[in-house]
Amino acid sequence: MKNKKKSGIFTKLSFYGVLTFISLIMIVPLLWMINTSFKDSTKVFVFQFIPNPFKWENYLQVLESTPFHLFYFNSFYIAILVTAGTIFLGSLAGYAFAKLTFKGSSFLFLCLLSTMMIPVEVITIPLFLFMRDLGLINTHVPLIAIPILGPAGVFGVFVMRQFFLLVPKELEEAAKLDGCSYFRIYWNIMLPLAKPAVATLTIFTFLTSWNEFYEPLIYINSKELMTLPVALALFTDEVGTKWELLMSASVMATVPLLIVFFFAQKQFIEGVAMTGGK
Amino acid sequence: MESNVQTTKVLPTTGKKRRKKFIGSEAFYGYLFVSPMVIGFLLVMLFPLVYSIYISLTDWQLLGDPNFIGSENYQRLVNDPDFWVVLKNTIIFAAGLVPINILMALLLALLLQKSLPGIGLFRTAIFIPVMTSIVVWSIIWKYMFGTEEGFINQILAAVGIDGPAWLYDPDLAMGAVIVVSALKNVGLNMVLFLAALQQVDKNLYEASYLDGANRLKQFTNVTLPMITPTVFLTLILTVIGSMKVFGQIYVMTNGGPGNTTKVLVYYIWENAFKLFDFGYASAIALVLFVIILFFTIIQWSARRRWVFHEE
Repeated sequence: MKNKKKSGIFTKLSFYGVLTFISLIMIVPLLWMINTSFKDSTKVFVFQFIPNPFKWENYLQVLESTPFHLFYFNSFYIAILVTAGTIFLGSLAGYAFAKLTFKGSSFLFLCLLSTMMIPVEVITIPLFLFMRDLGLINTHVPLIAIPILGPAGVFGVFVMRQFFLLVPKELEEAAKLDGCSYFRIYWNIMLPLAKPAVATLTIFTFLTSWNEFYEPLIYINSKELMTLPVALALFTDEVGTKWELLMSASVMATVPLLIVFFFAQKQFIEGVAMTGGK
Repeated sequence: MESNVQTTKVLPTTGKKRRKKFIGSEAFYGYLFVSPMVIGFLLVMLFPLVYSIYISLTDWQLLGDPNFIGSENYQRLVNDPDFWVVLKNTIIFAAGLVPINILMALLLALLLQKSLPGIGLFRTAIFIPVMTSIVVWSIIWKYMFGTEEGFINQILAAVGIDGPAWLYDPDLAMGAVIVVSALKNVGLNMVLFLAALQQVDKNLYEASYLDGANRLKQFTNVTLPMITPTVFLTLILTVIGSMKVFGQIYVMTNGGPGNTTKVLVYYIWENAFKLFDFGYASAIALVLFVIILFFTIIQWSARRRWVFHEE
């Protein structure tokens, strides 16, 4: 009995030990980033728990030397539009695929699903050439339209269809008897019911768009049109080894969103588990 | 495109009554509601894919008209030593990343499935990198891998080890990128495994306990078989993801030192958007497509088998 208790404590200790170690590996880089962002340029490689001198001016310097507010605005409004578009078109199509009967619906759904295996990296060259013919290079149109109509949108259709399949038929029947049009059924009954799925999809789509790197790298040339990830990557080339400035910029790009998702993490984690992480 | 429009117009006009019936019918709204996504699928996915096959058969450059050159790009590909290096690098990246990622995610999921105090905190910590942008994550690690006074080498120096030039050493750079990538996404796979573990029927554990199985036996005989489908599907998804690696390479090494961390997507990007050799880049992109298609087919056939099995 005594022996068992001893081994119990031992397992518990090693259990917490392993977890603490791995968690530290995950967290320390981010803490080091925040720490460095307040350091003096001569001390970026010195361990200081609280930087001395404490230079919050680093942030001002980043804001003054780059149009950071524009990067923020670009990332933000593109992510909002991509998310809104994905939610609307995805839920509309998802509702139709789940609840309406029409010829070829399962074939069309399968076609859409099959595109999830086409990596954007593969079709970027023809898409780039189309956008060039349309004069849309160095605009935000490709960054908004391609995700909504392409992979993000298809993922949205898939998630929403799965959800609507679980909604009992009776609700719809009653609305139909009341003379509701199909669009009203979708808008007034189905969409409000789908709040949990919409929330999951919102978080997922917003985050994906916010962090997207490859497409903005290809389509955007002008600085003032860049999104945060591309601007940061370019900033790295520009300031070279001014790590304290790079870290201030990284903090500004990361921390606000981390705070938001810290509160929404339950929904996010559940969403990832539900949708299989794509 | 033109003929398509005509045929859809012809169908409903065969009878006025039928047309009236179709407009406003359930099927009409069905087509209407899915049409934006179906048109999107044609414009943004299917047509570009087919078109990229055509581009790969031309000498398309940034300026000037493309000429049809047949299989020339593919012949060049086979004889391009850089392509084979890049392909090898991509495989090395996947071969390093996938086992680390899957085993670590599995271990973490097994540890975190119990509801002990503080578990939530650990889950959050491990999940935070998933939510961080790959660019930011890579910038921080590039800084930490710094040669002279980087965070990691300073820690190594504290225990008397002379740290190497991680990202500038041809033997180490890829390893560093692999570790950074594995840490970034291990939380995602962990969550998937946690969900699978929670679905294992608790009665099975009780039954095996009554049969005298110990912890290890329970794991190998109950847990592992029950979560195998999830582990396998996650494995394939991770393989596909590692074939498409780009951001961390771009930020941390730019494909160097030499060509040691240059991977497929980086090579496609370089040929297409730095050298503007669209034809050749499309040929490489199609190789990537075939590789990913191969893994996707494995995934789908496995999923079908397991779904059937579960029913």
